[in-house]
Amino acid sequence: MCLKPFADMRTFSYSPSGGGGNIDTYTHVRGESVYLDDIPVIAGTLYAAVFDSPVAHGKIISLDAYEAMRTPGVVRIFMAADIPGQNQIGGIVPDEELLAVSHVHFCGMPLALVVAETDEIARAAAKKINATIEPLPIITDPREAKEKGELIVPPRTFQIGDTTSTWAQCEYVFEGQTETNGQEHLYIETQGAYAVPQENGVIRIYSSTQGPTAAQRTAARVLGLPMNQIEVDTTRLGGGFGGKEDQATTWAVLCALATYHLNRPVKYSLHRMEDMRMTGKRHPYSSDYKIGLSKDLKILAYEATFYQNAGAAADLSPAVMERTLFHCTNSYFIPNVKATAYSCRTHLPPNTAFRGFGGPQGMFVIEAAIARAADALGIPASDIQQKNLLHTGDEFPYGQKAESEANECWNRMEELYQPEKMQQDIDAFNAANQWHKKGMAMMPICFGISFTKTLMNQARSLVHVYTDGSVGISTGAVEMGQGVNTKILQVAATVFSIDPARIKINTTNTYRIANTSPSAASATADLNGKATEIACHEILNRLKRVAADELKVNTEAITIKDECVYCKGAKTEWDWKKLVMATYIKRISLSELAHYTPPGIHFDPLKEKGHPFAYHTYGSAIITVTIDCLRGIYEFDSVKVVHDFGKSMNTMIDVGQCEGGIVQGIGWMTMEEIIYDKEGRLRSNALSTYKVPDIYSVPKEILIHPLETEKESLAVLQSKAVGEPPLMYGIGAYFALRNAIKAFNPSANISFDTPMTPEKVLMNLYPQPLKGG
Amino acid sequence: MIQFILNDKEIETGLSPGMVLLDFIRYHQHLTGTKIGCREGDCGACTVLVGELVNDDLQYHSVTCCLMPLGNATGKHIVTIEGINHPRELNMVQQAMADAGATQCGFCTPGVVMSLAGFCLSDKAPATENAIAAVDGNICRCTGYKSIERAAMQVAEKLRGKKDPVEFVTTQKILPAYFAGIKERLHRLAGKIIAAALKDVADAKERPHVVGGGTDLYVQKHDEMKDAAIRFLLDHPDYNSIHREGDRCIIGPSATVSDLQQSAIIQEAFLHFSRYAKLISSTPIRNMATIAGNFINASPIGDLTIFFLALDAQINLSPDPSPGERRGRSIPLRKLYKGYKQLNKDPDEHIESIWFELPAPGSCFNFEKVSKRTHLDIASVNSAFYIEMTGDVIQKAGLSAGGVGPVPMYLEKTSAWLQGKKITEEVIAAAIKTAQAEISPISDARGSKEYKSLLLGQLIRIHFMPLLKK
Repeated sequence: MCLKPFADMRTFSYSPSGGGGNIDTYTHVRGESVYLDDIPVIAGTLYAAVFDSPVAHGKIISLDAYEAMRTPGVVRIFMAADIPGQNQIGGIVPDEELLAVSHVHFCGMPLALVVAETDEIARAAAKKINATIEPLPIITDPREAKEKGELIVPPRTFQIGDTTSTWAQCEYVFEGQTETNGQEHLYIETQGAYAVPQENGVIRIYSSTQGPTAAQRTAARVLGLPMNQIEVDTTRLGGGFGGKEDQATTWAVLCALATYHLNRPVKYSLHRMEDMRMTGKRHPYSSDYKIGLSKDLKILAYEATFYQNAGAAADLSPAVMERTLFHCTNSYFIPNVKATAYSCRTHLPPNTAFRGFGGPQGMFVIEAAIARAADALGIPASDIQQKNLLHTGDEFPYGQKAESEANECWNRMEELYQPEKMQQDIDAFNAANQWHKKGMAMMPICFGISFTKTLMNQARSLVHVYTDGSVGISTGAVEMGQGVNTKILQVAATVFSIDPARIKINTTNTYRIANTSPSAASATADLNGKATEIACHEILNRLKRVAADELKVNTEAITIKDECVYCKGAKTEWDWKKLVMATYIKRISLSELAHYTPPGIHFDPLKEKGHPFAYHTYGSAIITVTIDCLRGIYEFDSVKVVHDFGKSMNTMIDVGQCEGGIVQGIGWMTMEEIIYDKEGRLRSNALSTYKVPDIYSVPKEILIHPLETEKESLAVLQSKAVGEPPLMYGIGAYFALRNAIKAFNPSANISFDTPMTPEKVLMNLYPQPLKGG
Repeated sequence: MIQFILNDKEIETGLSPGMVLLDFIRYHQHLTGTKIGCREGDCGACTVLVGELVNDDLQYHSVTCCLMPLGNATGKHIVTIEGINHPRELNMVQQAMADAGATQCGFCTPGVVMSLAGFCLSDKAPATENAIAAVDGNICRCTGYKSIERAAMQVAEKLRGKKDPVEFVTTQKILPAYFAGIKERLHRLAGKIIAAALKDVADAKERPHVVGGGTDLYVQKHDEMKDAAIRFLLDHPDYNSIHREGDRCIIGPSATVSDLQQSAIIQEAFLHFSRYAKLISSTPIRNMATIAGNFINASPIGDLTIFFLALDAQINLSPDPSPGERRGRSIPLRKLYKGYKQLNKDPDEHIESIWFELPAPGSCFNFEKVSKRTHLDIASVNSAFYIEMTGDVIQKAGLSAGGVGPVPMYLEKTSAWLQGKKITEEVIAAAIKTAQAEISPISDARGSKEYKSLLLGQLIRIHFMPLLKK
């Protein structure tokens, strides 16, 4: 029996009761979705807790666990000496010990792992461990680290044209410095892992990770086992945002280490303060810029130097630094650019991936340079922004030629939202109101889609069609709220033209899909979706051949639509289930493992030139804010966007990614303030001291208008990657606030120093006279 | 034995009454829909509903169960996400969330759904802003708030025509039918439980911890509280009333912020109280946090402490926590604090009641609070101001400020200086200067000392602004 034709997959919506754009919605709203701490525990499970360094830098004199070990219920305490393989978790650079051996390099660095009968006993015992550490000098400032030669990797420079000879041709030249603070991921589900022993020494690790293969590879290295002895399984994450790309590995490996020795299941689900204290964040950057413009506001030359605060170990910092360079000119064409970046080693927890991956930090600096120029010239920054937008064929500093939608997005934004009129309204409001001032800023974005490490751009999908017509799919993609499982399911449903309810997306498991790249770089749906598309097409072709045999026609005559088999456009008696069974009976495979790599991408790090991105995602936003000039607090009135979705395959998910990214970006620019003291201790160490946006801090209005194009064949079903790019619209929040402050205090000398907290707003509204001493 | 109803099931447990309800739900009842995000009431992932009989009326409110001791569940109906699921279909709230695409990673989702379910069960008007206010304690880090707003709007629309909430949600099949029988089941539980609870405390040998809502104690002393001997005061009938005697308003120590919000006496005395309350933590915390807890916690930025300091509230301290025996002493609230978290109070003494003179006719009152995030945050600086005028002369002024010293401050010098002055720009400027000389702010995660000093000046200016216009 054939199904009734179902809705067009592009306006796909799925749940047993018919609503919602994400296949997980049904279990999410019922509290039935399973996260790490929800996995039913096996009898005999033990619980782990880390004892971490209380000082940021020092030499370990002694580590006394005697009292801790005597605590009833403590099973064992592991230290570096208990590691059978390499005590090394560094992914890009092997510079990070799992458990400290002789020195500690940051507050929160794991020193020992307590394993006990209960979670509470483990934590209580960890507090009884005594470390004697001889303190060594602490560096928290990246420029100081650079001065002292503390670099994670050698500096890199991206260059196009010749800035040195261009300055003389510039009508205007401006220089300055910017500071962007870090950002805590604050995934509401904390980090965690659960290791379970299997027969023959195999360890299965349930991990809340964006990178199951990283966890597997590192566990194998630390335990001295081949990778096939480690199975990592991930159902979903309660948020990742980059924080679980590399840094989920530590907990997975620690649990595996305990399981290796004890042959018992071991679980560790971090408490919030442990998580905040021990894990890295978005990299803070300190940067210098120099910008040169012609009389008609063309940016002729741009130089930038980035001092990335990498923390105590490389982690993903070299790659993050690289993406800062890739995005240092944002959405603009600049013929002469020289950008240099230093990855500076400090005594903070190793900073790591965070949505945007260094891109936002690079983009902030060019936006600051433009704002600085606009201030000096007494013009709106948008005059400069608009004049310099990329056109198709323009060359990025790294050699790739743009396929630009920058002007299309900007022009559409102007047509739709009429920023000139908005500015007039704001001016009128500001003239009429003494204690409230509005400000507005535009924020164009351009974000490259692909892992910048070319080899990581590969993915596999394993598709099984079962004899009852149901379909099971495994890929390397990890679902963390970005909707990748839904998109993969849509791909399969579209290719097979079957009811989505027949399709199940399975957990991400290193036994089913090997050597995966992490779910990151906005590229997960593209890579894994394309692999799924290939696998489904392969199976579909086999099915069609069977149908053609049975109906005694050529394969080309066969199509499948809405679960019905059509022959030369005419409906037949055959349906999906019947055809699947017939294929099985003929002993033809109903399974396929497909491999996908995007064509045409390459990059030569010696020349710093190439074509690293499959494509770029573009967009433009207008952000408006109102400041309460008595209290220094503010509310965002609107964010109005034209975003380059390509041909969105799931509008609800894509709009959700946009709205969420914008608010997360605004959070980074406004209230999210990471505070380390000079001793390298995190002072913003809980939700009570580190504030992320709540429902009242979102803009009153967010409008997302799609720029619909069908050009991008490297995007899955021509639906462009949407995970990271919208976050960068949030950068406009800083500049809107800046403009509002200047409406109240035109002489404000506002440094480019994020986040723009209510404190900084008030201090800029009412500059304090400098006091001696 | 602690007895209560969890979803549709009667619970009788001998577990420690000091353990938090969250751990009981997740690790003893294996109901994993209630999530752990922060264990300090700041994320809302563990939001559940508490139903109780108030004057024979079954009332529900939301709480973050990470801060709620099991003992405070006694005699109540505790509802988790599992308790509002229909067998094979979504309920109205869940459907609204699905229709709006209001889930991304899904981890905060059960908490959001519970807050909205709490809104359905409340007697709040079915307006979108009220529905959004219900989720003011839920942090979504995928920051999908716009879609949550759209879901809230849909929920509010579906509640049009609601009168008796429990009847409405059951007859409309929004929530499972068993809710209709809860009132009677709670009645059956009630009597013997109160007797048993009082007896438990009488048996305790060591001096018990006194616990109200637990919202601060369980953040500060989580590990210690689990096995502690505890005297639970939140539900003590003598301790949570708000009433009036002549010109005095008398408040029981266990009255919560929400109780204040709902009190007709408070609403009448402070026209803008709901606006102030909105700046104080979040709905689920306000539902638990008590006024005496805020005073005794002695945080230099306690919002309610600052509020009542300006009113020169008095507290009655009793050495004996059992009500009815008036052997205690009465001191002004401003005399309670002698240093950072140091109180002029014996460990045995407890706040028995709080009273203040209701604002005189023609007087003015204002409360201000500025924090990094306007809602669900701790103040950088907060301040309250009470003023009585005769003609254009200040008869009486009470100015308080938090976050500017080691204790919540009653600004004595400034308050006294203002007496007899006429309100002019110069007087305001001088008052600000006096206040800034009276404080000793420090730089911390909530701001630099320079900022706090400037901010207090601004807040004082704001206090005076409506008076200056007259």
